[in-house]
Amino acid sequence: MHSFGYRANALLTFAVTILALMCAMASICDNLNHPTPTSQVQVLNINWFQKQPNGNDEVSMTMNISADLQSLFTWNTKQVFVFLAAEYGTPKNSLNQISLWDGIIPTKEHAKFWIHTSNKYRFIDQGSNLRGKEFNFTLHWHVMPKTGKMFADKIVMSGYRLPQEYR
Amino acid sequence: MGWFGETMDSVKSIQIRQALSQALTLGLIVTSALIIWKGLICMTGSESPVVVVLSESMEPGFARGDILFLHMSEDPIRAGEIVVFNVDGRDIPIVHRVIKVHERKDTGEVYVLTKGDNNEEDDRALYARGQHWLQRRHIMGRAVGFLPYVGWVTIIMTERPIIKYVLIGALGLLVITSKD
Repeated sequence: MHSFGYRANALLTFAVTILALMCAMASICDNLNHPTPTSQVQVLNINWFQKQPNGNDEVSMTMNISADLQSLFTWNTKQVFVFLAAEYGTPKNSLNQISLWDGIIPTKEHAKFWIHTSNKYRFIDQGSNLRGKEFNFTLHWHVMPKTGKMFADKIVMSGYRLPQEYR
Repeated sequence: MGWFGETMDSVKSIQIRQALSQALTLGLIVTSALIIWKGLICMTGSESPVVVVLSESMEPGFARGDILFLHMSEDPIRAGEIVVFNVDGRDIPIVHRVIKVHERKDTGEVYVLTKGDNNEEDDRALYARGQHWLQRRHIMGRAVGFLPYVGWVTIIMTERPIIKYVLIGALGLLVITSKD
């Protein structure tokens, strides 16, 4: 009954149970945090705007993105993945989401940022619907915990209307 | 002689009983593991509810050896979600993030482009030849939860099969030799 093997087994089982319980508690704790992030985006310039040979519209732009995501961080946060998406509807598609810029925020100290950038991923439509198209800038974030459940949310920001003509 | 025979009989019957109960215990362990796995499949709606991260393409979010819990619901797929997908002609599923979504109005079919957080380029190079978008049928589930390090057990076992056999052998021996 009280052999070495049994004691080792009991100790291991107990240790793993406690560890699992602590992981679960750490993850549940995250629900108590009610973040209030803010962000702003400003289009500075349309660098070029054209129709590709295959008929899809493509646009390149320069933007200022600023955000304060410090309130997202808790003690169980490993990193926050943040990205800016252009969202719009077209006659063919009920929703188009195109990521324009993304970044990984490793610590709370880096969570209040300001960046001047052109779009990191190509802004290409499925078709030729971008002339005069108004789209929404949406800042999405995905909180990756040290362990447990992942959280995601977004802020929909002011829209922007693309020019009527290619340039 | 009568006394000896009785003793032998009782010893024999005990051993058969013991063997039976050990077989039962072993069966119970195997079946309960199977029940948990199938139950998870049922609850999450994903054919493989738990995956182990094998590559460094999602660093620093997910490292090699982390475990992801998947969920497959009817909710439409949106940009930013981490999905697990199968590409035609590849055996190993890939865990990457969605960066572009186009959803058709008439059919509701989605066209999705993915990228690993730690990769420079999007995943078009990983897809089948001529494939530009992932569709619903390629996607096995989306990651909803995360447990670090635990997946190393399976990585070690697949890379060094000898350890697996030693472990299974030791466990089997333990079950057979244990008295109660």
